[in-house]
Amino acid sequence: MRDIDFEIIVVDDGSPDGTQQVVRQLQQLYGEDRILLRARPRKLGLGTAYVHGLKHASGNFVVIMDADLSHHDMFIRKQRETGASIVTGTRYVRGGGVHGWNLMRKLTSRGANVLAQTLLWPGVSDLTGSFRLYRKSVLQDVINSCVSKGYVFQMEMIVRASRKGYHIEEVPITFVDRVYGSSKLGGSEIVEYLKGLAYLLVTT
Amino acid sequence: MKQIIKILSIFIAIAAFWISLLETSVVPRSYTWMLPIYLIMSLGCYGLLMVGVGLMRFPTCPIEAGLLQKDVAEARDFLKQRGVDVGSD
Repeated sequence: MRDIDFEIIVVDDGSPDGTQQVVRQLQQLYGEDRILLRARPRKLGLGTAYVHGLKHASGNFVVIMDADLSHHDMFIRKQRETGASIVTGTRYVRGGGVHGWNLMRKLTSRGANVLAQTLLWPGVSDLTGSFRLYRKSVLQDVINSCVSKGYVFQMEMIVRASRKGYHIEEVPITFVDRVYGSSKLGGSEIVEYLKGLAYLLVTT
Repeated sequence: MKQIIKILSIFIAIAAFWISLLETSVVPRSYTWMLPIYLIMSLGCYGLLMVGVGLMRFPTCPIEAGLLQKDVAEARDFLKQRGVDVGSD
């Protein structure tokens, strides 16, 4: 990232794992203009975390990520090559993939994906991938038209962006479970997902 | 146009085609009556096939997983040397 001017914005909803202490130490090391801590008092959800973080972003492009930096250069390179407004990560193509998923998790993921592809024709292969680069004005525009919560929010963002006709490119990402913390995929998540699909069917 | 309208229009077009087949009797009626069932069955088969193929070809990334662990360990060491306490695992 030597030739790239960047800042890292950490939005933390008072997580008990000491995130904020670590971030403060990183601020000492890298400077408070590079590492920005924008904490919120309690858990307020993914969508509002995006809005909150975006308010403090000063660059032309925003990369939204769950945890690690291992993909950053691919996203930036792809954007430079194609001039895309959004570069989104996909786990479903060659070069991408998952690690540490059992058969059930893969089956659910695939089933959900086939359902969404068949019903929504979203134009991207991975709707819930949580690693994306946005042109800042585009993120602002898309975020304003989204109302969902949780990870349906990820899906709504990319579907709305696609419907609005923004130039979207994909890059393969690898998703390593242990590092991201295991996200549970139980019955209630499946119901949420189906509700999200139905909502997007009638509103986009 | 909303996505639901697009999908419904496709269904209406198919239904209209089917009804016209029924009315004109170009093919024997007993065949025509079965067509929607074949359609549903083939849709189901398509879904199962896509899930099955997708499952078989689901890419995994054991090498990247290892590299990521290495990155994490490296970053941990780097930060520790500079006095940042990132805690144990």
